[in-house]
Amino acid sequence: MTPGLDLGGLGAGGLGVLWVYLESTPLLGLVSTLLAWQAALRLSRAMGDRPVANPVLIAIVLLAGLLVATGTPYAAYFRGGQYIHFLLGPATVALAVPMYAALASIRRSAFAILPAILAGAVTAAGSAILIARALGASRPVALSLAPKSVTTPIAMGVAEQIGGNPSLAAVFVLMTGLAGVVLGPPLLRLIRVVDWRARGLAAGTAGHGLATARILLLNETAGAYGGVAIGLNGIVTAVVVPPLARWLLGG
Amino acid sequence: MMIACQLAGEVAARALGLPIPGPVLGMVLLLGIFLLRGGPDAQMRETSSGLLRHLSLLFVPAGVGVVTQLDALAQDWLAIAVAIVVSTALGLAVTGLVMQRLSR
Repeated sequence: MTPGLDLGGLGAGGLGVLWVYLESTPLLGLVSTLLAWQAALRLSRAMGDRPVANPVLIAIVLLAGLLVATGTPYAAYFRGGQYIHFLLGPATVALAVPMYAALASIRRSAFAILPAILAGAVTAAGSAILIARALGASRPVALSLAPKSVTTPIAMGVAEQIGGNPSLAAVFVLMTGLAGVVLGPPLLRLIRVVDWRARGLAAGTAGHGLATARILLLNETAGAYGGVAIGLNGIVTAVVVPPLARWLLGG
Repeated sequence: MMIACQLAGEVAARALGLPIPGPVLGMVLLLGIFLLRGGPDAQMRETSSGLLRHLSLLFVPAGVGVVTQLDALAQDWLAIAVAIVVSTALGLAVTGLVMQRLSR
């Protein structure tokens, strides 16, 4: 397109010039992210806060659709998005505060919690890697699946470290949370896990914050154990998954 | 303080060659400080809850990165879907059963 030269196409050309200018500033990525987030929150509320109407998922779909529709490269969007993205690091560190509060309340059952989380973390990560590879998924995809059961900032960090893709990991984490929300309560009932502490811990270990938020609505104790599981599994996964992935996939 | 912990975690991860993300080490470090000093002070609690209230928003820019991965998703969607559903079910079951058995 040669905007400005063709008088007939001035309208579209003018817009094109404006878009090219906006693309080169961080404003576009920043403002579009915040607007999409507002819209996503409103949409999610309108749909009754159902798990499929997760605002993060909606905002990502809106923005990804916008980028694809306008042909804007991700790098141009991320020039603005990075300012929001940067805060993930400090926010991960900030998780220490709720973790400390949760740890103090359940210190007595630590002997049961640690093995349960470790077993669940290894099972979830190992089976995800093996199933994905067995069904023909590429190596980076399988590696991005490995840390999917932990909270997003940790999963993204681990994925990057082991040769996966942080963006894929972020999406897999969301999908895992949704699976945990839908599968959790009926599955745990089916296999006769009746202890609310065990149910909460399972939800937090396998389905991080999303599944924990769901089980918190059913039982407060379960919610507290879910919270502990999110934090501890974050640490366990960061330590255990990289060697596990190397062992399962070689290299 | 939190950024200092993140930086310390980042530096420690690099220096020791640990395969753990810097922010996670930073979180462990801060947790250790809390355990030593008997918990976070009011200002720390405020900063933390302010950041964590908007935690979901912070995932969005990275998540939008899927646009660079659409080919991988389209190619492996079935493997991804099966892996996520089955491994999540297994993880739930194993954690729940072990916890119930041990805490009885």
